[in-house]
Parts: sequence; structure tokens; C-alpha cells
Amino acid sequence: MFSLGLTSLLVRRNLLFVLMSLEVMLNAAGLAFVVAGSRWHQADGQIMFLFILAIAAAEVAAGLALVFQIYRHFNSLDVDKLGEMKG
Amino acid sequence: MRRRPSTSILCCREGFMELLFYIAGGVAIVSTVLMLTRLNLVHALLYLIVSFLAIAVVFFALGAPFVAALEVIVYAGAIMVLFVFVGMMFNLGQNSVPTEKQWLTPGIWVGPALLSSILFGEVVYLLQANTERMGALPVGPKAVGIALFGPYGIGVELASMLLLAGVVGAYHLGLVETVQPEIQHVTNTDEGRADTGGDLVLAGAHKPARTP
Repeated sequence: MFSLGLTSLLVRRNLLFVLMSLEVMLNAAGLAFVVAGSRWHQADGQIMFLFILAIAAAEVAAGLALVFQIYRHFNSLDVDKLGEMKG
Repeated sequence: MRRRPSTSILCCREGFMELLFYIAGGVAIVSTVLMLTRLNLVHALLYLIVSFLAIAVVFFALGAPFVAALEVIVYAGAIMVLFVFVGMMFNLGQNSVPTEKQWLTPGIWVGPALLSSILFGEVVYLLQANTERMGALPVGPKAVGIALFGPYGIGVELASMLLLAGVVGAYHLGLVETVQPEIQHVTNTDEGRADTGGDLVLAGAHKPARTP
């Protein structure tokens, strides 16, 4: 699932899809933590998943606000067009 | 003689739990692939929700019910609401009615509905089954809470600071654009108020003076 998210991050050219693939990657990392914690019967994996959850929530809030501002400035969400970064 | 069927049943239940786990994982991967190949944002969001729900079922089958509930609440609830909200803000205004009509063709929701009905069947079976043998030795919310506020207290503080920074940053970034028209609006009304004041003075001056 992590590789799927990474592939879509490289392939897709829409900023919202990039954010969604970031979500998928974070989710895959959390899944790996929980599987490891369940393998050794420890609660640490679930705690790491909680931290990943908090990070994902903060990242999505800030990222969506940034995407909204970018859309208002440039009227497009194409990463290739935005790559020039002319203010 | 009596022990044999019981062990075989237990073995079958373990195998069934593993089967459920693999089915949920397969649903998660399939829905993620379908999400990545959609061209439309809302369809992709539908498949992403199904993917999160499938991962929640995987957590539940792995014996982590607390994390499964958090996955449903935070990921499939809060983060998806944010994505849907921003997507609707982008689609606002520009010929939204014909595109909505185009999106609402009935073939679209068949795929997510099929995948989520598989997940629903799994959850119904899990809730009806004997919860004692839930995967491999479940780690309940109590153990997670004890560990979270014991040795991981500094992590909790850091996560809270990160969330506060995220809230403040999102508020600031979303606010910048809306401040400008408000300032303009205020100055406009001030000018208008000054004009009407002048008119009032004129109107009063043209009236004949009252002589008692």
C-alpha cells in the first residue's frame, strides 16, 4: 500500500490527488506499526499509530489550506504548471 | 475423543479470522488501486473512504479495536469531510449542474457499494462471532491508554503542540484571502456615510427657517 501511494504521488499531477496519496502512505505506515504491535502483543504499535494519526490530521489541515490558496492564486492545481513558482 | 472436535473448531475459527483479514486487506488494496485510477475527485474520495474502512476492519481482525474505531472516526470521518469540503469549494460556480448530472449516473456507486458491502458482511460476522478469540490476543484500549500516558507522555505533548500549530496555521492560511475585501468594504461604507451626512446638511439648509 505504501508503494501504491508512492507511485500515485509520482504519477498524478493534481495537488488534491497528491495529498490523498500522502494519506494512503501515512495509513500504510500506521498499518505496518499496528501489525508489528499485534505480532509482539505490545501496545506501542497502536501508540505510534495514534501519533501518525495526529500528524496526518495536522498535515491535511495545513495542506488543504495551502492548496486552497494556491488554487486562488493560480487558478489551477497542476503541479507542472505550479513548478515555476513565480509569485 | 471430546477434545478433538473443539480443537478443530478453534482451528477453523482462527483460519476464518485469517480469511477475514486477507479479504479485508484485498478490499483495501483493490479500493486503493481504483482510487488512484479515478479521474474524478469525488469518485476517488469514495474509493478512499472504502479503503480506510477496509483498513479499520483489518485492525479489528488484528486485535486492535481501539485503533480501528479511531481509524473510522478520524480518517473516514474528519479527514474525508475536509477533502470533500475542499473539493466542493473548487467545483463551485463553474457549470456545476451539468457535471453533477453527469456524475450521478447510477453505475458509479456500484463499485464502492460492492466493496463496502463485503466489509459490512465481515463486520456483521465479527460482531456475531465469539469475541474471545478475536485474532491473536487483542490489545485493548486500556493497555493502549496506560502506555500512552505513562512512558509516552512527552509524545502526547508533542502531538498536541503539533495539532495546535496545524490549527493555527490552517486558520492563518485560510484567512489571508478573506481579509482584503472586508477592509475594502469598511472603507466604502465610511465614504458612503460621509456623503449622506453632507446630503442631510444640505437638505436641512434648504428648508425654510421656522419662526415661532
